[in-house]
Amino acid sequence: MAVTTQAKERQANPVAPKVQMAKVALIGNPNSGKTSLFNQLTGLNQKVGNFPGVTVDKKTGVCQLAARQKVQIIDLPGTYSLYPKSLDERVVINLLYDVSSTHQPDLVIVTADASNLKRNLLLFTQLADLQIPAVLALNMVDVAEAEGVKIDVQALQEQLGVPVIPVNARTGTGMAALKIIMSQQLQPTQENFYTIPDALHAVVGPIKERFGLRNDYLALHYAHQARGLKFLKEADITWLEQLLEQEAFHSNTLQANETIARYTRINELLLDVVRVEKADKDEKFSNRLDQILTHKVFGYLIFFTILFLVFQAVFSWASYPMDLIDEGIAGLNSLIQENFSGPLVNLLTEGVIAGLGGVLIFIPQIALLFAFIAVLEETGYMARVTFMMDRIMRKFGLNGKSVVPLISGVACAVPAIMSARTIENWKDRMITIFVTPLMSCSARIPVYTVLIALVVPDTYYLGFLNLQGIVLMGLYLLGFLAAIFSALLLKVLLKARERSYFIMEFPVYKMPRWKNVGLTIFEKSKTFVLEAGKVIVAVSIVLWVLASYGPGNSFETAEERALEQAEAANLSEQETENLVSSLQLESSYAGIVGRSIEPAIRPLGYDWKIGIALLTSFAAREVFVGTMSTIYSIGEEENVSTIKNKLMSEKDENGDPFFTPARAFSLMVFYLFAMQCISTLAIVRRETKSWTWPMAQLVYMSGLAYVMAFITYQIFS
Amino acid sequence: MAQQSNKKQAQRTVRDLKIGESGEISGLNDPEMALKLLEMGCLPGTSVKLNSKAPLGDPITIIVNDYTLSLRLDEAETILLKD
Repeated sequence: MAVTTQAKERQANPVAPKVQMAKVALIGNPNSGKTSLFNQLTGLNQKVGNFPGVTVDKKTGVCQLAARQKVQIIDLPGTYSLYPKSLDERVVINLLYDVSSTHQPDLVIVTADASNLKRNLLLFTQLADLQIPAVLALNMVDVAEAEGVKIDVQALQEQLGVPVIPVNARTGTGMAALKIIMSQQLQPTQENFYTIPDALHAVVGPIKERFGLRNDYLALHYAHQARGLKFLKEADITWLEQLLEQEAFHSNTLQANETIARYTRINELLLDVVRVEKADKDEKFSNRLDQILTHKVFGYLIFFTILFLVFQAVFSWASYPMDLIDEGIAGLNSLIQENFSGPLVNLLTEGVIAGLGGVLIFIPQIALLFAFIAVLEETGYMARVTFMMDRIMRKFGLNGKSVVPLISGVACAVPAIMSARTIENWKDRMITIFVTPLMSCSARIPVYTVLIALVVPDTYYLGFLNLQGIVLMGLYLLGFLAAIFSALLLKVLLKARERSYFIMEFPVYKMPRWKNVGLTIFEKSKTFVLEAGKVIVAVSIVLWVLASYGPGNSFETAEERALEQAEAANLSEQETENLVSSLQLESSYAGIVGRSIEPAIRPLGYDWKIGIALLTSFAAREVFVGTMSTIYSIGEEENVSTIKNKLMSEKDENGDPFFTPARAFSLMVFYLFAMQCISTLAIVRRETKSWTWPMAQLVYMSGLAYVMAFITYQIFS
Repeated sequence: MAQQSNKKQAQRTVRDLKIGESGEISGLNDPEMALKLLEMGCLPGTSVKLNSKAPLGDPITIIVNDYTLSLRLDEAETILLKD
């Protein structure tokens, strides 16, 4: 193989100390198959962290090359060039340009889409001029060939001066060759793809000297991106800016000239490499499909049908595994209570298991939701949605690209807010971040599900339209309307910093890669269970203690009072027991706190028990169900039923069911609007680098929640 | 002066293309937008075809270098075409 002979010619030059695992960075254009390649190389052996100082997901994984040789693979955000346009892309240069950093990769694998080679090579030539050892992974050769484009790999390799490996990131073809290459010690190419104009040496020279750089092109990038390099000190930036002004350095013109020069060079080198065998006469399949999927009428119709199906599915398909989990947990609890007793058993069953059950039960719905979103992204359909919605979104101060965060917000606001990084424009991005938490996230599903099941009949229209599913979709719609009208408000309030633009590649339609979808579901569900689980178990335990003990001898007094009342009313033994536990709960620490906030929430239709749930929900809203089930389990030793039955059996002072439609809807509306998620506040703080945004969200959303819940309660009662 | 503004009005841009119609790029008249467009392969001399319009007429998709690129009408207007 040519690759190996080439490698042999190179002098062995240790790329990394033997002790430390070598680092390989994956870099490439968006849609070039980078993530699939990453999944192929690392499998389940990956973890998600953060790049130093920023919150962009840093996916790293370990790839086993040989029995005793491993490398660490870093998946970098997709980018079209080393001149970043978005925050996401900026991560790449901050990783590559910091010569003192230990995160610098020893080798980069550049993924390139063979059917779009010219544009994909732009990034490669920039990397090559930085003299970083590189390999070109030529992906989608089959797609290119189907389009009549033949690529001479041998010739390309000679032109580029680095190994070129044809791969198929979907099937895994070429992985073995790639692993062999990674195990060798490679040197940067000797080819030069862009000659820095002589006039610029007055800038490049001093920069190289000051920062101790060896590479001219790297020094040129320091000049272009002085402000974008996080690792530079303020004094260095001032020095750079002075130098640039002194030398009359016109960044825009120079960049444009460089890009043109690079494309000219790429065109030349591709002359002998690419052979177009048949003219591309017939329309591409993707473009024909687009005529339907982005059609004036059908386009929107199909989009809303898909959304509708997703909600129906999340509600009705997921109910089967959910019922199983619910009954399983209830069964486990009664099994434990039948065989053991004591305060610790109560803590375990009424506190921990009841609370944890509240998390586990929602795995089916969350997994389904993430699966749908992953499929929409994978197929390339999400880009079409962005395209169709741009005009409408712009009217509300958003951007077509805001659709992705808004739709992902339906799963979870935290990754959704992070995905807003692809929006280049500051104002568009801030508005998107601000309104995304108003979209109903999966943590609200528990609240909605339980309350809808309680007050909305489970009837079907036309055989398949489920009334509960329709109500659920209505709640999501309300959240979406709240989001876009809040955006409109902000559009007026905020001043623009720069122009907004929408220049975006339209990816070709593809079958989703099920491995990628599967990994996403696994990853997200795991994070949900671990992250939410931690909070919920902790809150459940604290809550159980607060609800089971009261100050001084209040419990004894409560019991005496209950026994007196029971005797006077001539209650049965069972009824007496219930009265005792209910009065005891009222006099517990939790009861006292709930009682003290009751006046504030009474206008919304809530009592002190819901008050406790509201307070604990401010950590995370999914705690609601856990809290409710803990509160209503206290003392109910005889019959530990499912959460729905617990709430249904709750009576008001007249003996009627406590959860009337008015109360239930008011609660749902409250949870829809309220900012009850510490993780979201934390991520907004990190993404906006200020406390102003998260605090504004907290006040705005909670205020809105109170007002809307009040209105809802008044309308329905 | 008058001649120049006349010429500017007469200058065709990607915005003026009809669906299915092609043209050849002669230049980019917005320096800031040009950087992004150049990176995406909209170079002078390249042929460009208007592929489709969004349901509300804006944005549009164009085919350049055998791939599909979407952009807004305002952005399309900065891509000048040869007469």
